[in-house]
Amino acid sequence: MNIRKLGLRILAAAFVAVPVWEASVTAAQADSIFIPQASYRTGKYSVNGTPFANGFDDYLAMLNVRDGGIEGVTIDTEECEFGYVTDKGVECYERFKSKKPVAYTPLSTGVTYKLVPKAAVDKIPVLSSGYGMSAAADGRWFPWVFNFPTSYWSQASAFVRYIGELEGGLDKLKGKKIGLIFLESGYGREPIPLLKKLAEKYGYEFKDYSVPGKEMEKQQAQWRKIVKWKPDYMLMWGWGNMNRVAIRRATEFGFPLNKFIGVWWSGADSDTKPLGKLAKGYRAGNWHAPDACCDVHKDILKHVYDKGNGHDKAMVGQVLYNRGVVTAMYITEAVRDAIKANGGKAVNGEQVRDAMEKMSIDAARLKGIGFEGFTSPIKVSCADHEGSGPVVIQEWDGEKWVIIKRDVKPLTDVVRPMLEAAAVTEGEKLGYKKRDNCS
Amino acid sequence: MLEFIIGLYEGFLANPAVEIWQDPAYFIQNVAGGLMVGILYSLVALGYVLIYKASGVFNFAQPMMAIFATLALIMFHDKVLFPAIGTGYGLTIVLAIIGSMVMMLILALLVERLMLRPLVNQPEIILFMATIGLYYFLEGFGETMFNKIANSPVPMESLGMEIGPFFVGGVMFQKVDATAAAVAAVMVILLAVMFQKTSVGRALRAVADDHQAALSVGIPLSVMWVVVWVVAGAVALVSGLMWGASAGAVDFGMVFVALKALPVLILGGFTSIPGVIIGGLIIGVGERIAEIYWSPYLGDSIESWFAYILALIVLIYRPEGLFGEKLIERI
Amino acid sequence: MFYREAGQFKASYGTDQAIFPIAQDKWFVLAVVAAAYLVVPLVANSYWYEVILTPVVVMSLSALGLNVLTGYCGQISLGHGGFMAVGAFAAFKIATAFPELNVIIVFLISGLFAAFAGVIFGIPSLRIKGFYLAVATLASQFFFEWWFQQVGWFSNYAPSGTITAPSQEFMGVVISGPSATGVVKYLIGLTFLVFFCIVVKNLVRSHIGRSWMAIRDMDIAAEIIGIKPLQTKLLAFAISSYIAGVSGALFLFLMRISLEMEAFDIIAISFPVLFMVIVGGLGSVMGSIFGAVFIIGTPVFIKNFPELTTASVILVLAGLSVAWLTKYGVWRWVPLVIGVPLAVFVFFQKFASNTAEHIVLMFFGLSIVLVLIFEPNGLARLWQIAKEKFRLWPYPY
Repeated sequence: MNIRKLGLRILAAAFVAVPVWEASVTAAQADSIFIPQASYRTGKYSVNGTPFANGFDDYLAMLNVRDGGIEGVTIDTEECEFGYVTDKGVECYERFKSKKPVAYTPLSTGVTYKLVPKAAVDKIPVLSSGYGMSAAADGRWFPWVFNFPTSYWSQASAFVRYIGELEGGLDKLKGKKIGLIFLESGYGREPIPLLKKLAEKYGYEFKDYSVPGKEMEKQQAQWRKIVKWKPDYMLMWGWGNMNRVAIRRATEFGFPLNKFIGVWWSGADSDTKPLGKLAKGYRAGNWHAPDACCDVHKDILKHVYDKGNGHDKAMVGQVLYNRGVVTAMYITEAVRDAIKANGGKAVNGEQVRDAMEKMSIDAARLKGIGFEGFTSPIKVSCADHEGSGPVVIQEWDGEKWVIIKRDVKPLTDVVRPMLEAAAVTEGEKLGYKKRDNCS
Repeated sequence: MLEFIIGLYEGFLANPAVEIWQDPAYFIQNVAGGLMVGILYSLVALGYVLIYKASGVFNFAQPMMAIFATLALIMFHDKVLFPAIGTGYGLTIVLAIIGSMVMMLILALLVERLMLRPLVNQPEIILFMATIGLYYFLEGFGETMFNKIANSPVPMESLGMEIGPFFVGGVMFQKVDATAAAVAAVMVILLAVMFQKTSVGRALRAVADDHQAALSVGIPLSVMWVVVWVVAGAVALVSGLMWGASAGAVDFGMVFVALKALPVLILGGFTSIPGVIIGGLIIGVGERIAEIYWSPYLGDSIESWFAYILALIVLIYRPEGLFGEKLIERI
Repeated sequence: MFYREAGQFKASYGTDQAIFPIAQDKWFVLAVVAAAYLVVPLVANSYWYEVILTPVVVMSLSALGLNVLTGYCGQISLGHGGFMAVGAFAAFKIATAFPELNVIIVFLISGLFAAFAGVIFGIPSLRIKGFYLAVATLASQFFFEWWFQQVGWFSNYAPSGTITAPSQEFMGVVISGPSATGVVKYLIGLTFLVFFCIVVKNLVRSHIGRSWMAIRDMDIAAEIIGIKPLQTKLLAFAISSYIAGVSGALFLFLMRISLEMEAFDIIAISFPVLFMVIVGGLGSVMGSIFGAVFIIGTPVFIKNFPELTTASVILVLAGLSVAWLTKYGVWRWVPLVIGVPLAVFVFFQKFASNTAEHIVLMFFGLSIVLVLIFEPNGLARLWQIAKEKFRLWPYPY
């Protein structure tokens, strides 16, 4: 066969393929809802992205097998790989848009910022559970963006409360030193204004140490400085391999790990497992269980893995896997509410948004869906898109994560006014108007 | 204006000097730490130098090769050999190293045949871009192959490496860093002997000097290229292992370390093996001292660019680097 | 048949030196530009605007800037992302400080800041050459990355360091900010691209361009014939970074709307732009656009059709092996016998999303190497060859 003929045939194949592909795209079933997922199983953060994507996908698959979807409406799902790159994340959103997703989780703060203005236009609610724009907690400014169960600021304040409790009261914080080591990025800088504000209020000293993305593997200079300053506690806003290296350096420089607390993106199995016993005692925040605790795991194993489906059995119950499950649960429960409110048929993004704004998942409901002991009850309102959920503190015991402290409440009295002030700035930047009929 | 100048003087000179005077032990600690990091930089930069010396290719894919080789070693060790043989034998690690090196040999053969040979006689920039293409390819291929074992720790026990500090005259060192330094020293001596004393080394130097002249005296160019890519693969494996040991595990984020090897490279001169060692040490110590003593004045994490500015300033005075070959230009 | 210059007589030097000396060329380019303005807005949807069209016009502009420096003046730069960042942050600061000022003017002013930065970091190029310069330009990249993150003033003290393009209306149409529509953003970007293409095309045909090329081809010889390397190189740096700065401003206002400094990362901007220039064609205005289309389009295409791409690559490889193995008689068909069913099999697979991404990386890397091997002068050269062929078509000579 000569090359020219071959080329012609490839071209012919392409012409056949394009309509086939387009047909498959548009052939979404009428009586189903579309919950897509942007995932990052590739790239430098893939160790974190993979368990999350597995959890999200497995939970939806389990619902389809066990209940035939949500209230009898089948869930249609699709993954789009974006490798934690903002441009590709936007590409994923644009690709899914035509298929009318009922909700979207961008899974990256960069993409969330990009989608905030789009969500209102395309009528797709954006749920960024525990990441994204803290200011979105004020639903009066951002009707289409949700970040329940809790924002970074709420969590940072919960850490301060926790440290206060360890010291025997928030008033004992006076004169203590609290440091923050963070990834030099929008995400990492997020807690600084709040921690500074709390430092004024409670009289502790605060210093921050930035780790540029390209210096993640080193961090010797930062830890040298930290050890010289001798802080009583260190907080960490890290991501990817920065977490592991930071824990490693902390041990090298002799900083006590039980005084080192990471954000919930710094407390995954992949951060501590390679270090094993070395990381014993390291603590991190979280808002759900860190292990295969609950009925929902049994259901996933039974309905998905035992039938030979699913991704990787070893990951079931890991911290980030559970986060994927919880995020999926928030969306499906909102969809469930929306379906109930709209007479049992497939719903659209607007209806799901309305349901999210009224969402209330109490302990009984958690138990009913197999999440007892998995996560805390949550209540979202029109004004409060964050829910101010409590934080749990977990500790690495050398082999696995265990929860050592439950129900650490954020310092809402400080955080909420700051969130509302930030919402005004961010909202005005986008040219939004505050909703008045909202409490 | 005057205040600005006083600020400059205080920020850059007076305050650091006072600080060093008050706490000399801290200063020595930092110099020692900087030296250790510098050695690790040099190890990465060494791979670049080897390939550039022998084939005039600035191989941007070197860090990907390091990750690739190291992950291959971990895969052979953890997934293939360890279950079969078990630990307790030096055999597992030796076999794993051989396995990993065989992969690097295959890579070298493919690169030589499919990439370098068709691109022979092209300008350097084209070859450079081709290696960036190779970088992307290896990234995709490596992630497909080693998806499961990325973020695995280096088999420290089998390699006989230990974690933990030790003290020399009150200055703290990490055992891992000391091992890396020793390994780097051995590698440099071996490479120097290879280049100076063996026939392969002489042939490589001839190739580096003039491709055509080397060909005309009967040196097989393609064989030499494969040899040097394999040697660079070995250096890549060692540097990957050392960085992995120091950072706790091996993952694809390590490519950023290689960006820091670039100023080391131009500081030392592209073609000099002792040059990269000295360059690495200068960069390692320089950026640490700058970060510690100048960051109060300039702002945090200046080590992300300091190495480049340092190299730039040196280059303005010596455009061919500290140890590079002086270029004589003719029309 | 249609592409003949026979009968087009040049009566003056002016017509002989025109941008398009051949009438068909002129009409063709005009037709393409007209189509880009008139036809594309009629057919494109938001996926095309967001993922392909706007990125292509913005990144083409950026590549054009780098092409001035690398392609015409021969100075390799890996710090292009840094200069784009200067433009973006300058535009943000100006637009927020003077909300009344038209953003088009803001874009043009913000380029000046980038040009200034370019001149400062271009000074070492007088002594440093080749890869030494390439690595030295990384200094600007990393310095700006650090500076814009570290100094809160640049992002108006936003806690996360994120900057957002402010909204602005012009004659009743929203031309910037989150609510601007895809078509408006695309058309603004396209206008800038066309404008700067004409500017650069004219520059490189003038004595300035000739002095750049003299420096590129042999700097010592150029110096001897009286070209001042200082002014020439710095002018190239200034104009290159000016265009980079404008494209950075467009990157913020048209493409990203809100971004952090990380968006101008070396992996995200500097390398891809260098790719665009080299794959498109060094020293070619058209090449910058071809390069941007190739570098942005290829991954999107592969991601949308991973199975098709893999299947075609298998087929091509099988076909090539058959051509290689001609001396083995019947046996040479073996690769095809294996390859065709394999390709068909792959074609009807449904790859997982991460497999697709790995395929994107691998084929992207491969396609770069292949382009360099088969046409080191870039896609612009292929275009040239196609034109030459077409000139004689349908006759062989």
